[in-house]
Amino acid sequence: MLGRLTWAAIPFDVPIVMTTAATIGVVLGAVLLLVTVKGWWPYLWREWITSVDHKRIGVMYMILGLLMLVRGFADALMMRTQLALAANGTMGYLPPEHYDQIFSAHGTIMIFFVAMPFVIGLMNFALPLQLGVRDVAFPVLNSVSFWLTAAGVLLVNLSLVVGEFSRAGWLAYPPLSELAYSPGVGVDYYLWALQISGMGTLLSGINLTTTILKLRAPGMGYGRMPVFCWTALASNLLIVAAFPILTATFAMLLLDRYCGFHFFTNELGGNPMMYVNLIWIWGHPEVYILILPAFGVFSEVIATFSGKPLFGYRSMVMATMAICVLSFLVWLHHFFTMGAGADVNGFFGIATMIIAVPTGVKIFNWLFTLYGGKIRFTVPIYWALGFMATFVIGGMTGVLMAIPPADFVLHNSLFLIAHFHNVIIGGVVFGVMAGYSYWFPKAFGFKLNETLGKAVFWCWCIGFYLAFVPLYALGLMGATRRMQHYTDPQWQPLMQVALVGALLIFCGIILTAVQLAVSIRARHRNRDLTGDPWNGRTLEWSISSPPPVWNFALLPQVARTDAFWAAKQNPQEMTRLMGQRNYESLHIPRNNPTGFFVAFFAFILGFALIWRIWWLAVVGLIGLLAVGLMQAWRTDGEMQFTADEVAAADRTYPLEARAA
Amino acid sequence: MTPIKLGRLSRHAWTCALVCLTLASCSEGPLDPHGPVGKAERLILLDATAIMLAVGVPVILLTFCFAWWFRSGNSRARYRPEWAYSGRIEMIVWSIPTLVILFLGGIAWIGSHDLDPPAALKSSAAPLEVQVVSVDWRWIFIYPQQGIASVDRLTVPAGVPIHFRLTSTSVMNSFFIPQLGSQIYTMPGMATQLNLLADHPGAYPGLSSQFSGDGFSDMRFDVAAVAAADFQSWVETTHAAGGVLDHPTFEQLARPSSEHAVRTYGEVTTGLFDSIVAAHVGMTHATAQE
Repeated sequence: MLGRLTWAAIPFDVPIVMTTAATIGVVLGAVLLLVTVKGWWPYLWREWITSVDHKRIGVMYMILGLLMLVRGFADALMMRTQLALAANGTMGYLPPEHYDQIFSAHGTIMIFFVAMPFVIGLMNFALPLQLGVRDVAFPVLNSVSFWLTAAGVLLVNLSLVVGEFSRAGWLAYPPLSELAYSPGVGVDYYLWALQISGMGTLLSGINLTTTILKLRAPGMGYGRMPVFCWTALASNLLIVAAFPILTATFAMLLLDRYCGFHFFTNELGGNPMMYVNLIWIWGHPEVYILILPAFGVFSEVIATFSGKPLFGYRSMVMATMAICVLSFLVWLHHFFTMGAGADVNGFFGIATMIIAVPTGVKIFNWLFTLYGGKIRFTVPIYWALGFMATFVIGGMTGVLMAIPPADFVLHNSLFLIAHFHNVIIGGVVFGVMAGYSYWFPKAFGFKLNETLGKAVFWCWCIGFYLAFVPLYALGLMGATRRMQHYTDPQWQPLMQVALVGALLIFCGIILTAVQLAVSIRARHRNRDLTGDPWNGRTLEWSISSPPPVWNFALLPQVARTDAFWAAKQNPQEMTRLMGQRNYESLHIPRNNPTGFFVAFFAFILGFALIWRIWWLAVVGLIGLLAVGLMQAWRTDGEMQFTADEVAAADRTYPLEARAA
Repeated sequence: MTPIKLGRLSRHAWTCALVCLTLASCSEGPLDPHGPVGKAERLILLDATAIMLAVGVPVILLTFCFAWWFRSGNSRARYRPEWAYSGRIEMIVWSIPTLVILFLGGIAWIGSHDLDPPAALKSSAAPLEVQVVSVDWRWIFIYPQQGIASVDRLTVPAGVPIHFRLTSTSVMNSFFIPQLGSQIYTMPGMATQLNLLADHPGAYPGLSSQFSGDGFSDMRFDVAAVAAADFQSWVETTHAAGGVLDHPTFEQLARPSSEHAVRTYGEVTTGLFDSIVAAHVGMTHATAQE
C-alpha cells in the first residue's frame, strides 16, 4: 500500500535530524498559525501564490533562495565543524553515512535551490522592466516554473525527515549512485527533486529567452539592450541547450535504478564514464548559467554608480556571447584524470583557458568603466568591487587547474573546493547580493539600510577569505575533498580558521535578515518616491517604485542605449522616450492557480515514485493531466484595466518627477 | 574611506595566502615532491601562477586605485560622463588576456604530452610493473614480475620507474600519491596507466581522491620507497611469508570493509588483474582502455 515507506524511514535514532526537524516543524507551524489567525490566507493566495506577475514571481524566487541558503549553510557549518574536530584519529561528531548526506545535500541545495532561484529570480524581476515591457512572454508558464522549483525544494527537505538523502555527492556519479551501491531512497530523492525542478528551470529558460527575443520596447534593438539583458539572454540560451541534457542523463540513471537498464552500470555494457561526460556537458554550462547574469548585474551596478555608460558595450556583448558558446567545449576539464590521452586533455585544457580571454576583457571593461567616473560608494558597488578583486583570484586558480598536469595534482583536492567557492561566492553570490540591494527599492518602494548592508558585505567578504584561503593551502598540502576525517595534525589549525570564516559568513546571513527587518520598520523614512533612487540609466528606473502591475502604462520609445539616462539629460530625449501619453485600456493576465496545482501534483508524483507507491503515482499523473486540461480550456485568462484607470495611476507619478 | 579598507583587506588576504603557501610547501603535499613527475608538475604550477599574478595583481590594485581616485568626493578627479569607448584600450584589453593564454596554452599542450600518465619515464632502469586494484575500501597492489601482492602498502624501489596499470572492482576511485605526482582514476572494466618514480627512499602517503562511499576517508595506503637491494630482500621475504592471492581470496578482499590490515601474498594467480578488468567488461564493450 505504501510501497517502501514504513515507520523505519523516519530516523528517530538520530538526534541531530530529529531536533532539526522539530525546530523546522515548530517554526513552520508558528508561521502557518500566524497566517491563519491573522486571516492572511486570502491575501497570500490572491496576491502571491496564484500571481502570474513577473515581479511577484521574481520576489518569490528570491525568498525561496534565501530560505534554502539558510538550509544549505547549516549543512556547510556542520561540515566545517566536523572537519575542525575530526583530526588525528578522532572521528568528529558526524558518522560517514550522515556526513556523506550532508555534503551531497549542501552541493545540491546550494546550486539548484539557492544559486538558481536567486539568479532566475533576479532575471524574472528585472528583465521585463529593463526591456520596457509589461510581463514575460508566458506569464502562467512562469508561475508553473516557480512552483515546480518549489516542489523540488520540498522533496529535498522532506528527505531530511522521511528517509534519507543521496550519499553520492552533488552530481551522483555512477556506479556509486546505481542501485548496487546506493540501494536506499536517497539517490531517488535527489533524482526526482532535480527532475521536477529542472523541468521548471527549462520552462523558465524558454520563457525568458522568448521574452528577450520577441518582447522588447519599441525601438529597442539588440544593440540597445542593457548588458544585463544580454547576459540573461546568454544564460537562458544555455539553460535551453543544457538542461535537456541533465534531464536525459537523469532519466537514464532512473531507468537503471527502476527498470534494470544498464546505461551506467558496471555490467552488461554499461559505462559509468558516459554519465560523467554527460553530466558535465550540462554541468559546465551550468556554472555560466549562474555567473553570466551576475556579470550583467555588475555591469549595471558599476555603470550606474560610476555615473558613466559601461565601457566597451560591444566588447562586453561579444565577450558574453563568446563565453556562451565556449562553455559547451570544455566539459572534459572536470576529469582530466580519467586518462583520456594527451591530445584530448590538451585540447580541453586550452579550450578552457580561452574562456579566460572574454572573461578577462570583462574585468578590464569594468575597470575602465570605473575610470573617469564619479563613484558613489553604496552597498551594490561594495559588492562589485569585492567581486572584481575576488573573482580575479578565482579566475587565476581556475586557469591553473585548466593545465592538465597541474590538475593531475589538484583534482578533487580542497584547492578545487576553494576555487569553485571562490567563483561561486565571489561571483554569483556577490552578484546576487549586489542585484538584491540594487533592485530592492524598485521592488518594494523603499531602500534597504545602507550601514547594515555594508556590514553584510564585510562579513561575507572577510568570511570568504578566512574560510577558503586555508582550503587553497590544504589542497596544496594534499587534502582531498569529501573526507570525513583526516590524520595529518598539521591540517587542523587551517580547518579551524576555515570554520571561523564560515561562522563570519553566517553572521552575514543573519545580518541580511536583520537588515531586512530594520529596513521594513523604517520604510516610511526610506521611501523612494521618484522611482529612480540611484540616478539610474535603464528603463526600470523610469517608472514608479514599486511599478504598477502593468509596469509601463505606455511602452517607452527607445532610441539608444541607456535611454533613461539620456532622457534625464535632455528634455527632447525625454519627450521621445515617454511618447504621447495617449492611454489605452490594458489587458493583464489574471491570477492563475495552475502553477501551484501543477507543482502540487508533481510533488505527489515525485514522492510516490521515490517510495514506489504506484497507485499514488497514478493519482499524481492524473492530477497533472487534469490541471493541464483545465488550463487549456480556461477562457477568462485576462483582466482589463480601462484607459482612465491606467491614466489615473500613471498621473500619481508625474512626469516632472522623472525629469528631475 | 572604503577603498582603504578594501586595500587593507586585500593585503591581509595576500599575507594570509603567503603564509599558507609556505606552510603547504613544507608538508606532505604536491608542493613537496620527491620524484620527477611531481617536480615537473610543481614547476608548471609555480610558473603558471607567476605568469598570472603578473597580470592579476596589477588588475586588483588598479581596481582599488580607480575606485579610490574616482570617488564622487574627489574634486581633483576628472569626471567623463560620456567616455565609454577607446579603440586603443579595447585593443589592449583583448590582447593582454590573449597573450597570457597563448603562453599558458603552450604550457598546457606541451605539459599534457610530456606528463601524459601513460608516457614512459626516461630512465636507464627497466620499469617495475605494478597492477593496482581499488576495492571498497582498500588498495590491492599486484607485482606481476615478482608474482607477489600487497594490500594497503605499496613498496617500490627508489630510482626505478614504476609502470602502474589500474582498475577498480566496484565504484570509481582515484589513485594519488601527492608527493610523487599525477593521480589517475581507477574505473571498473577499464585499465588506466600511470608512470611514477620516487627519487629517494622514503615514506609517502597515498590516498583515494575520488569519493567512493562510507569508507572513503580511510582509503589510504603507505608508500615505502626503498633502496634497490632492500626491495629485492622485501620481495624475497614476501615470497617466503607465503599466502596465495587467487580468485577466491580476491573475492574475499573485494567485499566492502573499512578494516585496514597491511598484508602480503607470496603468490598471485597469473592473469588475475586482466581477469578482474574483463569481469566488468560488458558483452558489447570488449575493449579495455589501454
